[in-house]
Order: sequence, then C-alpha cells, then structure tokens
Amino acid sequence: MKKKSMRPLSVVARTACSMYGWFMMAFGAYVIVHGDVTPGGGFQGGSICATFLALMLIAHGSDYINEWLNDNFYKVCLFLGLFMFIGFGLMGLGWACDGTMMLNWATVPHDALATVKPWWPPSGTVALMDIAVGIEVTGGLSLILITMFRAVRLEGVVEDGLGKETGHDQR
Amino acid sequence: MKSKTLFVIAAIVVGGALMGAVSSLHPFGVPTAEGVAVDEHYLTHAGTDLSCENVVTSIVFDYRGFDTIGESSVLFTALLSVMMLFRKGGRKE
Repeated sequence: MKKKSMRPLSVVARTACSMYGWFMMAFGAYVIVHGDVTPGGGFQGGSICATFLALMLIAHGSDYINEWLNDNFYKVCLFLGLFMFIGFGLMGLGWACDGTMMLNWATVPHDALATVKPWWPPSGTVALMDIAVGIEVTGGLSLILITMFRAVRLEGVVEDGLGKETGHDQR
Repeated sequence: MKSKTLFVIAAIVVGGALMGAVSSLHPFGVPTAEGVAVDEHYLTHAGTDLSCENVVTSIVFDYRGFDTIGESSVLFTALLSVMMLFRKGGRKE
C-alpha cells in the first residue's frame, strides 16, 4: 500500500505562516485574557488558538508536524483547564458557609475600585474561568484536529522533497 | 384493586395541584413580564457588582456558570468520542 503524505506548501507560504502564526497565538491569548472587558471570551479565544495548529499543518505538512508536535502538551492543557474551571466553581462552594457553586468569591464591586486596588482582575472568577476555559478549548480543539488528521492516514513519506515548489494544492 | 384506587386518587390530587400551579407560571412569550424579568438585573448589576464590562461573559461565567460546566463537558465528551472512534490499532493492513 502506497502511503500518501500531506506535503508542505512553498517556501513563501511556509515562512509567512511561521511568522504570523505566533501573532495569531498572541491575539488568541489577548481575547482569552481580556474576556471580561472586551468582546470575546474563553471559547472564542480558544478557537483562535486552536487554529494555529491547523495553519501549521496546512503550511508545513504532516511530517514536520509529527516531528515537532507533542500531544501531551495539549492533553495537559485540556485537563488543566477543566480542573481549573471546576475548581474555581467549587471554591465558591466552600468560600462561605452560605456559598453556592459558581459563587463569584473574588469580585470587587465597581464602586470600591476607587479605594481598593486588587492585584487580581476585579471581575473575580469571571476572568479566572475565562482563562481556564480558554486553556481547555485550546487543548480540546487541537486534540480533535490532530486526532482526526492522523486517522485519515495522510502521514508517511514525502515523495517530492522539501526543496521544490510543491504543494498539496498542485498536481 | 385497592392499590389502583389509591393510585387514581393520588394521580388526581397531584395532577390537580400541578394544573393549579400552571396559572402562576409566567406568561409564555412575554420576557418582560412583571416579576420574571432578569435581563434588567443582569444589565444593571453586571457592571457594578461584578465590575465586568462584558455582560455576555458575566452571564456565561457567573450567572449561568453551571451551564458552562455543561458546555465544557460537552467539549470533553466530543473529544473522548473522537479519540475512541479514530483510535490506533483498530485493524491490520
């Protein structure tokens, strides 16, 4: 059985994707971290961060990604985000005797911000859960992407090599 | 026969209570009805009590945070099913 491979794009596309992919990660991190004050949030920013892997996969091909990528990073992201999220919710349960789950135990009201300057985000668990969900969605969507990609058996030998102007959009 | 009679009586009583409770439900399709409008509470209290300018995020992660736990578990379940469906070693070449 002849193995097919997802071949890399040309040098121009690879260089551009390598450069601007990290800017996209920075934008996704911005959307996640500023989810409580700007439009966006954990789910949206996590989706932007997960697009980074798709961009790298299309630009560099499967061999480079299989060499470069470590799945355990995304697995750690997934479980860390999930446990952080549920943990912040359970902390509200135990914070006061009459606390409920998902109680916002770290918030500072807007009127008190004139005198109190907390070092954490003043919206409390809203910002913290935003970050947790962003980490979780990043890991989950990237894992879904790489798992489904590996399942279609496009990995293997590159026939044409990296030097020539070949891409999977040609031929 | 006796238990069936008891069951019918209990069903009538409980059903009657439930049907009586229908009248105190808030009207369908009127989201701004008296006593059930939560949108104004969200809009006025999200900026002051939570100091959270994005009201959508304050609803998703605070007022309806339990719903977001469900969304996270939906994503986790989707990942589990994908990894189970496309697992390695399923067949030999």
